[in-house]
Amino acid sequence: MSAENPLTPGGPVTPDEMMTVTAARRLRDGRSCFVGIGLPSTAANLARRTHAPELVLIYESGTIGAKPDRLPLSIGDGNLAETADTVVGVAEIFNYWLQPGRIEVGFLGAAQIDRYGRVNTTVIGDYADPEVRLPGAGGAPEIASACREVIVIVRQTPRSFVERVDFVTSVIRGPLTVITDLGVLEPDPETRELRLTALHPGATLEEAREKTGWDLSAVPGLAVTEPPTEAELTALRNLE
Amino acid sequence: MARVVPLADAVAELVRDGDSVALEGFTHLIPFAAGHEIIRQGRRDLTLIRMTPDLVYDQLIGMGCARKLVFSWGGNPGVGSLHRFRDAVQNSWPRPLEIEEHSHAGMVNRYVAGASGLPFAVLRGYAGTGLAEHTETVKPITCPFTGEELTAVPALNPDVSIVHAQRADRRGNVQLWGITGVQKEAVLAARRSLVTVEEVVDELDDRRGAIVLPSWAISLVSHAPRGSHPSYSLGYTVRDNDFYVAWDAISRDRDAFTAWMREHVL
Repeated sequence: MSAENPLTPGGPVTPDEMMTVTAARRLRDGRSCFVGIGLPSTAANLARRTHAPELVLIYESGTIGAKPDRLPLSIGDGNLAETADTVVGVAEIFNYWLQPGRIEVGFLGAAQIDRYGRVNTTVIGDYADPEVRLPGAGGAPEIASACREVIVIVRQTPRSFVERVDFVTSVIRGPLTVITDLGVLEPDPETRELRLTALHPGATLEEAREKTGWDLSAVPGLAVTEPPTEAELTALRNLE
Repeated sequence: MARVVPLADAVAELVRDGDSVALEGFTHLIPFAAGHEIIRQGRRDLTLIRMTPDLVYDQLIGMGCARKLVFSWGGNPGVGSLHRFRDAVQNSWPRPLEIEEHSHAGMVNRYVAGASGLPFAVLRGYAGTGLAEHTETVKPITCPFTGEELTAVPALNPDVSIVHAQRADRRGNVQLWGITGVQKEAVLAARRSLVTVEEVVDELDDRRGAIVLPSWAISLVSHAPRGSHPSYSLGYTVRDNDFYVAWDAISRDRDAFTAWMREHVL
């Protein structure tokens, strides 16, 4: 992508960095966010270090209000427990905190996502005889249904962006934003079909279509994402 | 009252071929030492239960100890997939592995029902998912008061639950802290239970956020220092992240896996 700035210390902006920064920006300060492992955790921790110091990070391991001073190695990282406002058991995190809709943003990854925003993290191929067995649901089905809005962060490839997921692990019925290494997608308010609403600098609609397994449409007046600021990029690179 | 006995004796006494066994630990306090002892004693046909089966379950499955896995997320936390689990599901190696798959919310509520002496738990979950279609132990239920359509999942009552904790006193009262996961529910839901501990002390003292499992609610306690390695025990040992990363390569190949198990576990 051509977002590179020759003056950027540490080299040009990578598509993954553009994706993580875009996701982090969606997390407004002071909100509560149920954070999945991997890319969501990186983006949420970047948000806390930049524009959203009061973002409440909640991990399914029961750590509420975690303020890790480095990127956690897993959702069970001791640093999450030691910096949290409170640590509760797994029964409590799902029953008292997630299920009643107390948590504003659910932040998930995906192996596959389809035209209608259904997410698969279970199997590629047939469930009874899978081509690739993936880790499975974890907390995702209830994060997807109980949080008031959901952000999915996933690299856009023909393998991951499919007409129909091989297995429906999670269904998102409320507000949804899908953030990829190429741009941003949101559901059409009428049909729920995912449409491209923004492209990252240097990415093209043609490329986004090539990497999507359905006939991808874009909204009129497609936006272009602001490139990362130096502060965002420095914070992200210091995280990793 | 729990008796404090050596780990090999505890596993021999509590874990039998064909049992349902839950070795719990939510990415913290994972009872690796106990899992390795089960492998060494050659237990077979186990139904393994765990919310987050990770490396020690990959090892149990790859060594042919398991007939079935009941779970909600089977991966190498922070790294990727479990290759022995994958090989068993995809290629029946070293033997077929039946799976019963849930979400975390479903699994944890199954333990809560088990610990509560109830036949099932109710939650608002699984709506529209393939799990509701494929998993026999997920059923719709109507609230008798409001008419709301909810989901029922049956209680889990493992034959044996095994957890790792930081400390026990000499009478077998157990104390754990940090991320406490689902350990309490797993122990209280089980018919028999074993807790391995980093340290046996004269008296337990106060710790922020600690929970205590009283001696009379546990069958056996075993002293197993570093018993959660390569996971961690907050205040005692840290996660060996290099090992989690290395496991990805070791476990991809059947021969490399078997050689590693021979050298390090058997």
